[in-house]
Amino acid sequence: MQSTTVDLNAKIPNNVGLADDPKLLRALEKWLPRYLEWWHDMGPTDFEDKPVFLRTAVSVSTDGWAHYDHVRMPDYRWGIFLNPREEESEIRCGDDAGKPAWHEIPGEHRNALRRIIVTQADTEPASVEQQRMLGHMAPSLYDLRNLFQVNVEEGRHLWAMVYLLHKYFGRDGRDEADELLERRSGDVDKPRILGAFNQPCDHWLSFFAFTMFTDRDGKYQLAALAQSGFDPLARTTEFMLTEEAHHLFVGETGLDRIIKRSAELEQIDPNGDIRNQGGIDFDLIQRTINYWFTYSLDLFGGEISSNAADFFAAGLKGRYREDRLDEHRALGQEYRLNVVDGGKLTERDVPLRNAMNEVLRDSYVKDCERALRKWNRTLEAAGSKTRLTLPSRRFHRHQGIYTDHFFNPEGQLITADQWEANKHRWVLTPADNDYLLSIMKPVYEPGKFANWIAAPTRGIDGQPLDFEYVKLHD
Amino acid sequence: MLRMAVSFFAGMDSADTNDNEFVVEFDTDPSRYRHWRVSYDGPVAHLEMCVDPDGGMKPGYELKLNSYDLGVDIELADVVRRMRFEHPEVRTVMVTSGTDNVFCAGANIHMLASSTHAWKVNFCKFTNETRCELEDADAYSRQVYLCGANGTCAGGGYELALACREIYLQDDGSSAVSLPEVPLLGVLPGTGGLTRLVDKRKIRRDRADVFSTTAEGIRGKKAVKWRLVDGIYPRSRFMEKLRARAATVAAETAEGLGDGERVGIKLGSLDPVMEGSTRTYRYVELSWDDEARTANLTIKGPSAEDVALLGEGAAALHRAGDQLWALRAFRELDDALLYLRFNLHAIGLCLVRAVGDAATILAHDEALWALRDGWLGNEVLRHMARVLRRFDLSSRSFFALGDAGTAFAGCLLELALASDRFYLLDDPDHPVQTGLSVFNEGTMPMTHGLSRVQAHLHGEPELLEALAGRRGLLDPEESDDAGLVTVLLDDIDWEDDIRVAIEERASLSPDALTGMEANLRFPGAENEHSKIFARLSAWQNWIFIRPNATGGQGALSLYGKPERPTFDWKRV
Ligand SMILES: [Fe+2]
Ligand SMILES: [Fe+2]
Repeated sequence: MQSTTVDLNAKIPNNVGLADDPKLLRALEKWLPRYLEWWHDMGPTDFEDKPVFLRTAVSVSTDGWAHYDHVRMPDYRWGIFLNPREEESEIRCGDDAGKPAWHEIPGEHRNALRRIIVTQADTEPASVEQQRMLGHMAPSLYDLRNLFQVNVEEGRHLWAMVYLLHKYFGRDGRDEADELLERRSGDVDKPRILGAFNQPCDHWLSFFAFTMFTDRDGKYQLAALAQSGFDPLARTTEFMLTEEAHHLFVGETGLDRIIKRSAELEQIDPNGDIRNQGGIDFDLIQRTINYWFTYSLDLFGGEISSNAADFFAAGLKGRYREDRLDEHRALGQEYRLNVVDGGKLTERDVPLRNAMNEVLRDSYVKDCERALRKWNRTLEAAGSKTRLTLPSRRFHRHQGIYTDHFFNPEGQLITADQWEANKHRWVLTPADNDYLLSIMKPVYEPGKFANWIAAPTRGIDGQPLDFEYVKLHD
Repeated sequence: MLRMAVSFFAGMDSADTNDNEFVVEFDTDPSRYRHWRVSYDGPVAHLEMCVDPDGGMKPGYELKLNSYDLGVDIELADVVRRMRFEHPEVRTVMVTSGTDNVFCAGANIHMLASSTHAWKVNFCKFTNETRCELEDADAYSRQVYLCGANGTCAGGGYELALACREIYLQDDGSSAVSLPEVPLLGVLPGTGGLTRLVDKRKIRRDRADVFSTTAEGIRGKKAVKWRLVDGIYPRSRFMEKLRARAATVAAETAEGLGDGERVGIKLGSLDPVMEGSTRTYRYVELSWDDEARTANLTIKGPSAEDVALLGEGAAALHRAGDQLWALRAFRELDDALLYLRFNLHAIGLCLVRAVGDAATILAHDEALWALRDGWLGNEVLRHMARVLRRFDLSSRSFFALGDAGTAFAGCLLELALASDRFYLLDDPDHPVQTGLSVFNEGTMPMTHGLSRVQAHLHGEPELLEALAGRRGLLDPEESDDAGLVTVLLDDIDWEDDIRVAIEERASLSPDALTGMEANLRFPGAENEHSKIFARLSAWQNWIFIRPNATGGQGALSLYGKPERPTFDWKRV
């Protein structure tokens, strides 16, 4: 397909002055057809022609960022938005904290910024790829719509990052933007950059866990980048956070609804056997939490990291809500870390800047603990005795200082043999996946929900639950 | 904890990293490797780098991501040497990583940052010599190294790759080759990295400039286009493709190699005896006097039996194996030189003596030369040449002392020519002879390709011409007339003059001497290898001591620390 410049500008809602930026227009003109091709190959292709009740951001104003309508996904208007800022932006952390923010790329930080942006950008199309077949086993039209909403917004997040690459990184940026469309989740030869984004996400329990735990990593990464001294990056990620909130809502409430339904089935069954009732038992839910929480912890990077220190020192990436802290240099301070030394768990103090990944992970873990408390209240209200827990951050890690050791979910060091003997109790197994796939049959009738999940408390944008969120028969 | 090849002097506090307290030994063998796996499949060998993070030679750093320290490189050097002697059937060596997602992250930064200047310099020189040995094996033993970078290949990792004939990179969207030393550490990729980019791989110098300042490096098709690698292979078929390439190269390399089945010989340990300040081998002895800051290095020439054995031909040579004088004596010499470099920091002057019978040495050389077409004869000669080059490149003053009982002839005359000065005794009561053999005619070239006689007489073409093709014994006066001798002394002057020369030398600035000797030893044109060592001495070693690298605010000192470097922007 060939679009003219004029078409493009009308097609791409934006507040970045696209119409007056011939260089950017030219770059996007080339990239857009490749993007659509990728979407067609790797997106939710089988539902391409179905109108979906989607939220589209058409401007950054209060009424503009959430515009609802039925649209076919390839016609979705992927826009480019920077969050408006009242005050003059500042560098918020590191050695230059308090100085004016950069509106162009500072040469000395160009490579680091490119790496940060490409790593973030790569996760966006990756999750679309991971989720591309889930539409075929959606538990309801409401959930199907939520899946597609997440998908198109991850697509838009890719746009947001590609905008930065095209606008600020010249030819290298264009090459990187192309490669973002060439890597494939789980591909042995061209995998996505980060581990969790190459894990299969082949049923809805994983989908909800992914949006709960992995998208939440995204939230914290975006929040840290929203503190960046590179103003366009900070404002882009700030806007992305508004959309990300919905993804987290989908994950957290999705799991909550499953937990609620399982508790109901536990009551219904004479032996309290949830599986007997076609539901998802709590052990399996716990294994799912263990699995996705820990893969998501890996995404924060090494516990002791010179990159993290450099990014912070240079003002490229802050802490969660850095702007609300009193002190922004983080020098001469230490962070106490649990480390394995000589086969034993001990504590070590590391310079705070080098521990910035761990500091961000702390904020994330706290947020996850909050969700766990909420789910346990659901269990309590439903009369179940079961309580779910978050495993230790040392458990089941594939990145960082705990990688080469074995821990139980409580975080105690164990042997490799103990791990082998127990891992089927602790993390998702192939048998789990088989069972889940066996119960996940699509439910496409408006207002109906699969047996293994409870209905949500309300619909989308004030619509009733039996609203036709996806028009499958037009 | 057992540390390979390192022992501590009693009372050393292991938390305090002071290099001077280490005794480094270079003897190792495959049963003791901690960092490499080697497997053999006919003409193709597979060398896998799998560095044990806890196997660092010194305390205070972890060898993460296949980063290396001296201990890792000592094993590599051992692999390369044994490949030639123990596995002469091998034509191609595939070098890959046995560690996930990373080929090699280069020299360990924390090790460098916590090391003394002398340690860094010694380490860099040794690693450079090993890289040159890889290329030497390709050039003279038809053992071709192919690098299969199955993961990130950074800094010293890429320099190792550059020493291989061909480089293949995994094409997975993230594995890159890079030289991040300048942008990240404020030092140079000094293990031949820069020189090999432009001289060996003939990468355009402007592109080399871009590459060497881009910390994350270059990957995929662009790496091929810029000639940084020879090809890219997909991850799923990486080893399959590399094996296929190795098989092809092995077949091409074996072409015309007509000496039948090759069976290697074993290289046993040298087991020197340490007694006080003396290290004694079978043919070599190194002793030192800490107070006078001088050492004595003595090598015993071959016996008549050694010569007779060579006369029996290739089979006898093979039977003698590592007990052969030419191999054993030069391995001992090599070990002694390394011991001097790494463990005797304050010894500035080394007095060299070759003892034995000059005529026997000349006969030995001719007999060994006659066996050069067999693989083992060739290896023995190439090994001698490498040891002599290690001598040329050692930053100690060397005075060869040709007093009574010495015999600087043939291969051992090379030691006198390699020394900074050659004093020869002219005493009719104790006649001392020197002698010329084929080994003085360029068969044991210096790093920059000249014979030591050529380098010696660089400015005296008539003398050089007069020596062309001349073989046989020379008496002291003839030696002097031929231009081989620095000072000819009679027995009355000898003792005093030598004592004064030694004391004077030992009093001069060691830094100035190192620089001066490195300049004077290599007259004539440079080549790739000599450039590598020259630039290492001149630039890398200078940068290493500059505040911008190793000062409190320097980039190397602060790497991995929370603070960012502060540079003194003045260009020097
Ligand atoms: Fe996203
Ligand atoms: Fe998301």
